[in-house]
Amino acid sequence: MEKLSGADMLIRALQDEGVDHVFGYPGGAVLHIYDAVFRQDKIRHVLVRHEQAATHMADGYARSTGRPGVVLVTSGPGATNAITGIATAYMDSIPMVVISGQVQSHLIGTDSFQETDMVGVSRPIVKHSFLVRTAAEIPETIKKAFYIATSGRPGPVVVDIPKDLTDPTNLFDYSYPETVTMRSYTPATRGHTGQIKKAIKLLAKCERPMIYAGGGVIQGDASSQLIELTRLLGFPITNTLMGLGAFPGTDKQFLGMLGMHGTFEANNAMHHSDLVFAIGARFDDRITNTVSKFCPYAEIIHLDIDPTSISKTVTADVPIVGPVDTVLDEMIELLAPEVAERSEKQQQMLAEWWEQIEGWRKQDCLAVIRDESEDIIKPQEAVQAVYKVTEGKAFVTSDVGQHQMFAAQYYPFDEPRKWINSGGLGTMGFGLPAAMGVQVAFPDEQVVCITGEGSIQMNIQELSTCSQYGLPIKIINVNNRSLGMVKQWQDMQYEGRHSHSYMDSLPDFVKLVESYGHVGFKIESRDELEPVMAQAMAIKDKLVFVDVMVDPSEHVYPMLIAPNGSMRDMWLRKGVRT
Amino acid sequence: MRRIISVLIENEPGALSRVIGLFAQRNYNIETLTVAPTEDPTLSRLTLSTLASDEQVEQITKQLNKLIEVVKLVDLTEGEHIERELMLIKLKATGAQRAEVKRTSDIFRGQIVDVTQGTYTIQLSGTTEKLDAFLRAIPESSVMEVVRSGVSGISRGEKVLTT
Repeated sequence: MEKLSGADMLIRALQDEGVDHVFGYPGGAVLHIYDAVFRQDKIRHVLVRHEQAATHMADGYARSTGRPGVVLVTSGPGATNAITGIATAYMDSIPMVVISGQVQSHLIGTDSFQETDMVGVSRPIVKHSFLVRTAAEIPETIKKAFYIATSGRPGPVVVDIPKDLTDPTNLFDYSYPETVTMRSYTPATRGHTGQIKKAIKLLAKCERPMIYAGGGVIQGDASSQLIELTRLLGFPITNTLMGLGAFPGTDKQFLGMLGMHGTFEANNAMHHSDLVFAIGARFDDRITNTVSKFCPYAEIIHLDIDPTSISKTVTADVPIVGPVDTVLDEMIELLAPEVAERSEKQQQMLAEWWEQIEGWRKQDCLAVIRDESEDIIKPQEAVQAVYKVTEGKAFVTSDVGQHQMFAAQYYPFDEPRKWINSGGLGTMGFGLPAAMGVQVAFPDEQVVCITGEGSIQMNIQELSTCSQYGLPIKIINVNNRSLGMVKQWQDMQYEGRHSHSYMDSLPDFVKLVESYGHVGFKIESRDELEPVMAQAMAIKDKLVFVDVMVDPSEHVYPMLIAPNGSMRDMWLRKGVRT
Repeated sequence: MRRIISVLIENEPGALSRVIGLFAQRNYNIETLTVAPTEDPTLSRLTLSTLASDEQVEQITKQLNKLIEVVKLVDLTEGEHIERELMLIKLKATGAQRAEVKRTSDIFRGQIVDVTQGTYTIQLSGTTEKLDAFLRAIPESSVMEVVRSGVSGISRGEKVLTT
């Protein structure tokens, strides 16, 4: 058997797991591991400028490819800097393995240099974590980490490795386990047939149905099944912020996003529905508005891989625990004859339901309201221009705030894994590094980061990493000189007192990116919007930063009215409510 | 409602902190907690009592099950079960009080496990209610120290919690 050091075993285990990229930053506790990285050429290491960005890069890589992202950081500050990115991945169920160095075993607990209890610090935001005790257990621990991160409801797993375990002078027999079984961890592989049949009965007799699909469909690679099921049933469908792209955004059956900034038609259809079929979604507070007023007429079927998601906030009438793809496969088979035998009455009820929905649609709630005599650019128009020049085909990452909502509303995604944003944690600073992770995975694809001048500055140091690795990302900075979403809430709830939502002393972004060797454009008038965006997208070998000056007074609408509102209670534009 | 949940967890460092962390993180209540290895040294059995509604207890059991190191669990209060708690109590016992304390202890089937000229240390086991009743039965001013183990429990009949 081959004899390897702990550090070499770790890198070999990653290779044997099929890892091709690791995002990281070296430091004292991982020096042995970095030496092992140096002495091999199968895994490409991407050196970031801040560990938070390493986790977001791995996250973007995972969201776009479906394969787990891998992060390597040192102990102490390296590990704690990774926390925000781990929490981001945890909230959105993203498979990720984070390897952190730890101080030498005999120093643990002595407050030694760069020591942090990483397993303790990360505990509430990981799917699981390991503190490796002996070098011999490194291969099996890595196998378990990847198995846990990628199976069931995916999530981040931390593997904390004390420095002495990677000592190059201690050699061990290396073999990588082909499979791993854990008696305490057995994720569901199929749904309960009885529950599925109950769901079929409800789906066959409902009159005002609504399919509500979330990020679980994307993480569970069940987009094709969702499309088949929705087409077969002929029901209206909405996607959550995390589920956009799971069903084609330009399809007639698609009512747009639901929730806080969902469309008038999607939120109304949810409210009036008599059967909500939730698929890989979790009834987040940004969806339901006031829980007691949520979907008052609907029975609820809830399909999810994670039993804790079911009946957590909204009680499911028919819970189904299982992987979305296999359960939907089974349902499609059972539903086909039911749909073929649909009564005339039911067909008529469904037609009437669609008629009602079309009435809501006619509101055209996303129409951009503007004064044509002014040249000011609306932020929505910036997103529309991106959509047009990329023909709706780009990978789009976003940061967090108004621009994120505008991107979700005005860039319809026709495919899964193309829309990448931090939905659960809402992490500003996510967009640029996430885009880098996508670009690393898909070097020839168009990757656009729609951001704002607030968010971009939270990880702007990564412009340097982009130079080093030649990542030709297109950054669209929807620049309103303010923290737009904070300002919107202050306008609506604090009588316009803009407490610290104003971004004073902004840099000249064009000059800034040029200093990193990138290309920068500034757009200040409407007629420049499309041509300059097109020019930016045409530059294939360079990062281009497009600084778009937009109307700072714009708000995101529709917007659910809280507190005490239901899903049909919305602000439709400034001062206009349902 | 008071619930007693028994959990088999991998006997590994850090496993207990995940259970306790979960309760803090999800804002669940823990009244008592006991933990010790089982006849299988790779497993620990943890028993906790909590005050929770039916909906809450459903979430608690599901969230516990989701922890990777949790092998199996049962809500003992769902079926017939036996619950016991151990209490050690140090009491002032002088003069006429000495006989009175002894008598009360006997009524509750307590054992005096340590004696000094001025004190008795009594060991008492039973349900939480019984131990509470004992504490009510003795004069409050005589109590010097109370140690309670928290609830342990087991199902009645042939039902067992094993892997």
